[in-house]
Amino acid sequence: MAARRPRYLTEPTAIRWLLTGVALAFLLLFLFLPLVVVFTEAFRKGIGAYVAALADPVALSAIRLTLITAAIVVPANAIFGVAAAWAIAKFDFRGKNLLTTLIDLPFSVSPVIAGMVFVLLFGAHGLVGPYLLARDIRVIFALPGIVLATTFVTFPLVARELIPLMQSQGNDEEEAALTLGAGGWQTFFRISLPKIKWGLLYGIVLCAARSMGEFGAVSVVSGHVRGVTNTLPLHVEILYNEYQFSAAFAVASLLTLMALLTLVVKGLMEWRSGRRANA
Amino acid sequence: MPDKGTKRGNVLPGFGLAMGFTLAYLGLVVLIPLSTIILKTATMTWGQFWDTVAAPRTLYACRLSFFASFVAALINAVFGLLVAWVLERYDFPMKRFVDGLVDLPFALPTAVAGIVLTTFYSGNGWIGRYLEPHGIKIAYTPLGIVVALTFVGLPFVVRTVQPVLRDLDIQVEGAAASLGASRLHTFRSVILPQILPATLTGSTLAFARALGEYGSVIFIAGNMPMRSEITPLLIMIKLEQFDYAGATAIALVFLLTSFSLLFLINMVVLRRQAEAAGGA
Repeated sequence: MAARRPRYLTEPTAIRWLLTGVALAFLLLFLFLPLVVVFTEAFRKGIGAYVAALADPVALSAIRLTLITAAIVVPANAIFGVAAAWAIAKFDFRGKNLLTTLIDLPFSVSPVIAGMVFVLLFGAHGLVGPYLLARDIRVIFALPGIVLATTFVTFPLVARELIPLMQSQGNDEEEAALTLGAGGWQTFFRISLPKIKWGLLYGIVLCAARSMGEFGAVSVVSGHVRGVTNTLPLHVEILYNEYQFSAAFAVASLLTLMALLTLVVKGLMEWRSGRRANA
Repeated sequence: MPDKGTKRGNVLPGFGLAMGFTLAYLGLVVLIPLSTIILKTATMTWGQFWDTVAAPRTLYACRLSFFASFVAALINAVFGLLVAWVLERYDFPMKRFVDGLVDLPFALPTAVAGIVLTTFYSGNGWIGRYLEPHGIKIAYTPLGIVVALTFVGLPFVVRTVQPVLRDLDIQVEGAAASLGASRLHTFRSVILPQILPATLTGSTLAFARALGEYGSVIFIAGNMPMRSEITPLLIMIKLEQFDYAGATAIALVFLLTSFSLLFLINMVVLRRQAEAAGGA
């Protein structure tokens, strides 16, 4: 579109080149080269060392724990996101702004503090911790704590994708379906859900990426037991602090691939919705 | 009464179910856990609370957190605006790829960002080895903290400014040009006032994100008390020493300070937005 701008509505060529150059240099330095660093460092000792770092039993158990955590957190937050978006986007009620602010709250809480509140609740000296520990239910330094902390940190992601999307789409199709005699759930599954599927998919992918990559909050509640309560990001930290740089970057490259996949899905979603807008 | 509590005579079902689930889940996952901060702080005496919060190490960490986050937000305001401008207005090869890459800091786990930036900027790193001979040390100094915080906040300004730039009315620029305004003059008095609120909103988001950031910072910061120790790390250290009361006190003060600061900034931004809308 820039090419179609008349000359008096854009900058002289030299300025355009200069601004583009500075912007690209900034992105190269902060985004692109760091990305190259991950894969260069990961393969520095060859593909054999790379595979060995990932096939290590401790790494495998970290992968398993990370996947289990995401498998619990993502559906829970996705269902919440749909419910919250349904209530906020389709209905008017008092206190809507307050509710929206509260949903966004976990974004402005440091991950360390997010982990801390669960230690205060479920730790050995916490509010309900001693009661649960007496019944042999471990939350902190175990899977439930990791799941809770991760849920907190990724809490708003799906809701935030869906609320503006549902608001912009309006209720006409749903109202038509209901007038024609469809039931509530039928309307939801056959009308509303298909309407938001790309937004929901991106929300889920983002939530999955964030929950597998969460570090600060999980670091507080996990207890760092090797092969037991170590997630992938914690495993990266341990390897790095033990100066096993290639192994650390090998594991980090897995997480980076996951991040890149998220970006691809986002690009696809924007491409799809852009095509529909033009059609 | 399907439309109870709604204004539009809404025929859609499921308000009670959706709302009930939303509130219950919000309460269980977010509000009840967060309220333990206040409950825990309430068990401390005023003297204990004050000794923890007013300790020089705590004060230094808080000052560093706010200052480094502010500098990073400022860098992101300038460069974010520039990147958004270039992406929206100019053409260059691989533009779509570059545009997509801007979101990387949202998706990349912070621990990965941390070890990558450290490797990149440390004394024998890719960039660090060219800077260190000139006396510029980035890794293991407060400067490194700013670099990490700039990285995590990078997408915010770009993504808030981009849609505003896209929707700008091109005829206003045409009018300015036909009235004899230079391009720079047009930018300063026509374009900038319209994109400034979005820039401020974006940098506020980046600032808020930077304040609580932990993973990407701890690797590059060096973590020396009274030099490169940020508040989230100090809270983490207190937790590892089982000083839960101390950690909670710092967390409470830190949260309250950041919330009120963000609230203030948002008020200013909203007022500017109202002025821009009313004065245009």
